[in-house]
Amino acid sequence: MVIGRRFDIQAMALAKQGRLAVYPPSRGQEACQIGSMLALSKDDWAFPTYRDSMALVTRGIDPVEILTVPHGAAHCGFDPRANRTAPQCTPLATQLIHAVGFASGEQRKGRPTVAMAFVGDGGTSEGDFHEALNFAAVFKAPVVFLVQNNKYAISTPLAKQTAAPSLGYKGIGYGIASEQVDGNDVMAVLAVLNKAVAHARSGQGPVLVEAHTYRLDAHTNADDATRYRDSDEVEDWVRRDPIARLEAWLCDGGLIDDAFIASVAQKAEAFAADLRMRMSVDLAVDPMSLFDNVFATPTPQLLEQRAMVKSELEAEEASR
Amino acid sequence: MTLTAASETSGTPAPAPQQVTMSGAINRALRDAMTADADVVVFGEDVSTLGGVFRVTDGIARDFGQDRCFDTPLAEAGIVGFAVGMAMAGFRPVIEMQFDAFAYPAFEQIASHVAKMRNRTAGRVNLPIVIRIPFAGGIGGVEHHCDSSEAYYAHTPGLKVVTPATVRDAYTLLREAINDPDPVIFMEPKRLYWSKGSIESAAAATTFDSFGRAAVRREGTDVTLVAYGPSVDVAMQAASAATESGWSVEVVDVRTIVPYDDETVVASVRKTGRCVVVQEAQGFAGVGAEIAARVQERAFHSLHAPVLRVAGLDIPYPPPKLEHLHLPGVERVLDAIARLQWDDNADTHFFPHGTASGNTANGNQGGAA
Repeated sequence: MVIGRRFDIQAMALAKQGRLAVYPPSRGQEACQIGSMLALSKDDWAFPTYRDSMALVTRGIDPVEILTVPHGAAHCGFDPRANRTAPQCTPLATQLIHAVGFASGEQRKGRPTVAMAFVGDGGTSEGDFHEALNFAAVFKAPVVFLVQNNKYAISTPLAKQTAAPSLGYKGIGYGIASEQVDGNDVMAVLAVLNKAVAHARSGQGPVLVEAHTYRLDAHTNADDATRYRDSDEVEDWVRRDPIARLEAWLCDGGLIDDAFIASVAQKAEAFAADLRMRMSVDLAVDPMSLFDNVFATPTPQLLEQRAMVKSELEAEEASR
Repeated sequence: MTLTAASETSGTPAPAPQQVTMSGAINRALRDAMTADADVVVFGEDVSTLGGVFRVTDGIARDFGQDRCFDTPLAEAGIVGFAVGMAMAGFRPVIEMQFDAFAYPAFEQIASHVAKMRNRTAGRVNLPIVIRIPFAGGIGGVEHHCDSSEAYYAHTPGLKVVTPATVRDAYTLLREAINDPDPVIFMEPKRLYWSKGSIESAAAATTFDSFGRAAVRREGTDVTLVAYGPSVDVAMQAASAATESGWSVEVVDVRTIVPYDDETVVASVRKTGRCVVVQEAQGFAGVGAEIAARVQERAFHSLHAPVLRVAGLDIPYPPPKLEHLHLPGVERVLDAIARLQWDDNADTHFFPHGTASGNTANGNQGGAA
């Protein structure tokens, strides 16, 4: 969690320095993102959104590859199959139904895979969220929907997003086992998600977990959160910081000491330093890659356009 | 091509080939693909027990089991998104959108995910999905059941867009679509579902290679009609009728809108020197406009006349009792052919009202020589 947060802070700093086009931070949501990944086995799949970068760090994905999209030289930088993680999804809730189809497909092939599908409070208003829940329930797909209710969809507060008593109710309507959990208590998140993953894996169908948490930072580096919420509210959630809570609990139980805390902080600093260094290297981009992977075999029209760009670049090169 | 050659070289005098409908040919293609590859699955609304509202999947669930041909909840984005996940898990989904206009809820899934997954993942995740869409009109259907939606898909990079005009092509193009490593929008002209033809020689083939190859359906020397899907039949009828006026008309069936075969179309226009593009879809910003532009970009110096388009009207699909006025018919095609500068007189069709010559105040438009 400490490393995840340090990654998040570092990425936000890189965005503010202009080294990333944009970064959507998730500081304050460590218990949800790290807890969820720890509940999965290595063959399970994650279907994350753009805000779930700390979850991807937890999965062991190279942080430079996680940041490829905002770094600007390519789209998804990591290998989804090797990392058992779908590309981070920007159109909200659209990847949830992929998780459902994938999990159902794995089940049909006799494999015990579980898919963890990520969505926020705002995303639960999208039609694809509802279609995903319905398909998952009808096909008894081994999916766990993790709703990180961080209270805001950019600036829109939960009260303007839904009239449901809780987002967990949205699962119940589809016949899905649904739970709520304190999303800033990693032990609680782990307990609930371990149970949810086991339920899904056992063939009893999907589970929806609403985790109550809070986005301590703005929507992205380009957003100004002071326009829609006051600092008292943020301070209130800082007091419920998931890392501080875990640390206090572990210290109270005598499970960790100051030396351990210092060593973790040091590890996190080294992680951030390595990321800073590797992100400072200018990326080599291949202009011809524009035409790769539109189709397995490029159409004649794409080949014509490729030749045009190539000759433009060659002329540019020659005139230097 | 290969298929034709195979059928022509079989030595024994075969009995008259059995006639099947286009919907039967599609059904057979699905069955043959499912037999050839256990990962091919069919799903959508009412495709299982009922066999689809057009009965295209008739009997498939019975013969292949509910695991391989299943009904889904009524939600098109869900069906397409589910197919994305199934493809990621190793299946080759062939899914049905019940009607053209009912596919619109799935457009985000198609445009943002189906079309882009290979590109977004640097080729690591490809999606061999076929999305079957019964499309276009001419069957007396009511609103929301007759849209020609091909341009939306053709305008989206990463999608192949295919539409058969013959029973045989319905079979071979669908088999090729299912074999393709990339997503294919397979648009079935509803009004041709009951047309008849033979697929026997095609069904004996093991490889299919029609994608990106337009087919010359009728040879001619004076005019090229370029058409696809439901409009090929209209073009063929117009070509026959045109002989009465002494015009020898060549008809090119595009078959795969993407990948598009510039070569065959342009070769035909270079030969004939005149070109009319026929499409049932509303004309503005349509596939026909693209074809017309490409022809004149590539064959301008072979052209004796501007490339004309005959298309549906730029209106929402009309009520059944008015659709005959909307659909491009033989007469409109013949009218277009008649305007192809057979003499040196100006084509006055687009002149402003009330001007005989088209010359306007500043005298620089129209311009009959």
